[in-house]
Amino acid sequence: MFVQEVYNWGRYPRQYAEVVPVRDLETLSEKLSSSQPWLARGMGRSYGDTALSSQILDMLPLKHFLRFDEQTGELEALAGATLDDVLKVFVPKGWFLPVTPGTKYVSLGGALAADVHGKNHHSEGSFSKHVRSFSLLTEKGELLEVSPENVDMFQSTAGGMGLTGIIVKLVLRLKPIETSYIRQESFKARNLDEIFALFEATQYATYSVAWINCLSQGQALGRSILMTGEHAFSDQVRGLKKTLLASHSNPKLVMPVDLPEVALNPFSIKAFNLLYYHKQIADKSTSIVHYDPFFYPLDSILHWNRMYGKRGFTQYQFVIPQEAGLPTMRSILQKIAQSGQGSFLAVLKAFGEQNDLISFPMKGYTLALDFAISDQLFPLLDRLDEMVLDAGGRLYLAKDVRMSADLFHKSYTRSAEWIEILKGLNPNCTFRSVQSDRLKITPW
Amino acid sequence: MKQKTLLILGARSEVAQSIAELFGRNGFDVLLAARNADKLSSLVADLQIRTGGNFQSVEFDLLHTQGHLDFYNALPARPDVVVCVVGLLGNQQEAEQDYGHARLIIESNFSGVVSILHVVAADFEKRRAGHILAIGSVAGDRGRQSNYVYGAAKAGLATFLSGLRNRLHNSKVKVSTIKPGFIRTRMTEGMKLPPFITAEPIEVAKAVYMAYVDQKNVVYVLWPWRYIMLIIKSIPEFIFKKLKL
Ligand SMILES: Cc1cc2nc3c(=O)[nH]c(=O)nc-3n(C[C@H](O)[C@H](O)[C@H](O)COP(=O)(O)OP(=O)(O)OC[C@H]3O[C@@H](n4cnc5c(N)ncnc54)[C@H](O)[C@@H]3O)c2cc1C
Ligand SMILES: NC(=O)c1ccc[n+]([C@@H]2O[C@H](COP(=O)([O-])OP(=O)(O)OC[C@H]3O[C@@H](n4cnc5c(N)ncnc54)[C@H](OP(=O)(O)O)[C@@H]3O)[C@@H](O)[C@H]2O)c1
Repeated sequence: MFVQEVYNWGRYPRQYAEVVPVRDLETLSEKLSSSQPWLARGMGRSYGDTALSSQILDMLPLKHFLRFDEQTGELEALAGATLDDVLKVFVPKGWFLPVTPGTKYVSLGGALAADVHGKNHHSEGSFSKHVRSFSLLTEKGELLEVSPENVDMFQSTAGGMGLTGIIVKLVLRLKPIETSYIRQESFKARNLDEIFALFEATQYATYSVAWINCLSQGQALGRSILMTGEHAFSDQVRGLKKTLLASHSNPKLVMPVDLPEVALNPFSIKAFNLLYYHKQIADKSTSIVHYDPFFYPLDSILHWNRMYGKRGFTQYQFVIPQEAGLPTMRSILQKIAQSGQGSFLAVLKAFGEQNDLISFPMKGYTLALDFAISDQLFPLLDRLDEMVLDAGGRLYLAKDVRMSADLFHKSYTRSAEWIEILKGLNPNCTFRSVQSDRLKITPW
Repeated sequence: MKQKTLLILGARSEVAQSIAELFGRNGFDVLLAARNADKLSSLVADLQIRTGGNFQSVEFDLLHTQGHLDFYNALPARPDVVVCVVGLLGNQQEAEQDYGHARLIIESNFSGVVSILHVVAADFEKRRAGHILAIGSVAGDRGRQSNYVYGAAKAGLATFLSGLRNRLHNSKVKVSTIKPGFIRTRMTEGMKLPPFITAEPIEVAKAVYMAYVDQKNVVYVLWPWRYIMLIIKSIPEFIFKKLKL
């Protein structure tokens, strides 16, 4: 147990916290009986203050794999195991993650607590859809075995950002693969209409995501590249690659120091975006790529979050329902382009149906943009909030660091129901975070 | 060819876990010896899933020296390689005030290891084969006020291993001393460690495995430590005693 400065991927905000590495269940039970507030934390790959608290249970030491069924692909593992670890061990055996976010450096517990989505949300749903069961340690010190049939407990934990209790272990269904390669197709879209049409036309694809240039305006508003992917079969890879089932290697590049903030001025962002856009000349191209660059392009540079300078950054990610799609997205992109605070990376993705209690995804479109923290930023984001709310959308709790309590309760339409369940599982408000206090979810 | 067996003493340490994984991957059956071995079931499952190898936990307490011979004879397989990872940093101030604590540090890092490794050595000597590796520490290279009881015990260990190496040389038994600087583990939790000279458990495991493969005598983990300790050892005592280390 020791006090240290803690922050998540956005490096904003920071705070001193007592961090307890959890090596066994006894440590957990002992801490929970101390009648103090606690919060589980994994890899700290959420961006804002959802994994922040003055007293943190560091779940990473609880990382053992407990059971693997070679027939069904069912893996039982402790919550501190990372996706990186799962890939390294199971890709060579012919299994892949059923759902993965854009970084492999997240813990299984964090993936369930945020109910993360991947490029296959439209076709295969969010992370929790592939979780057969998990063990939850509640405030009372009970270890509950929870499966999707326990609707309240399951759905209030998946996407519940650690507020129901500690996820100790879970059973995940992995996905069989013939090779560790992806057959990728890229499509160029000149504007927003084109990219929306492309999303419609490529619904058949298992994976799809678009990189969108947020600085282009007018006719070129929404200029983007859509990338779809399928797991490649062995006959598509044989002869091209040495090993069919090669896992990834560790990153070789490290962002050594904080970049000065000037590196982020609109010109360099523009240059970057243009470069990306012109990298590919044809309107459509096909290639065989390893899963690592396909799913985790940014993982190849360790600590890339340092490039946003000392003050840190945030990622603004919202979803808007299908019906509101095009017009709302257009107004929001216009607002961002005009502000000149454009983001380095903007990711656009179509979500499939989902109607869980507190999980972020809903049928519609999600956009995620990074912004360096600055004095002008929050007023802009407040404006975007209004547009998102008007459209019936919401923000992703795993990325959020500044939305108002009011926005949260209005946009997560089932939040009241969720909080009632939380009160039952967590009556003394033992599990709370800086974010849950800010959003007036806790205390009760 | 008969499967080789590794015995790890102090298997709960993260360093030991990495060593077990590495040897397991390289075809060894591994016996994981630790106190409260019944609580190692998740480790055993994990190592099996990761490597496809054979792992088994066995109860072992370094301080229970009268039981060492029985422990060794009751092992489910004769080990070909033994790695001793057991160690205890303890609390220097407490050790100064309470001899009981000082003795615990000495026994956990030194005298207990003498007991078990003499049992192992007798067997290896008879079989004219085998390799013993033990984790010491750079703290044993020179006594410093911040941890000299621990340091003295590790110095004792290094000297013991050097003698054992000498004794077993003609019996074709290898003895390796592994000297890490800082390692990021439970032992150093909460301490501020300089990143460039702090090893991850896996780096120590690789050093141990390479010391086995290359039959090394004394190995520093992370090369700067060899030179850092060379300098520290060369400071004359009349200066050294005034330093705050
Ligand atoms: C580069 C990058 C790309 C990303 N791409 C995506 C993406 O495509 N899709 C997506 O959905 N997300 C994405 N994310 C966000 C990330 O997947 C989530 O924030 C995830 O929750 C991080 O997991 P973690 O282990 O780091 O959890 P942390 O950040 O440590 O914690 C996140 C939340 O989970 C809770 N928690 C963690 N462990 C436990 C536990 N054992 N029991 C109970 N609660 C727990 C914490 O209390 C906290 O509320 C991305 C993040 C980065 C940095
Ligand atoms: N961490 C560093 O910076 C560092 C630097 C140089 C050298 N070292 C050495 O590296 C080795 C591994 O240490 P570590 O860093 O991994 O710390 P650690 O986790 O504390 O490992 C020490 C292990 O020794 C075991 N142990 C202690 N007394 C024992 C006994 N009487 N019987 C059986 N097992 C006993 C402990 O078992 P329990 O789990 O049952 O407590 C523990 O697993 C030690 O020899 C240490 O001195 C460490």
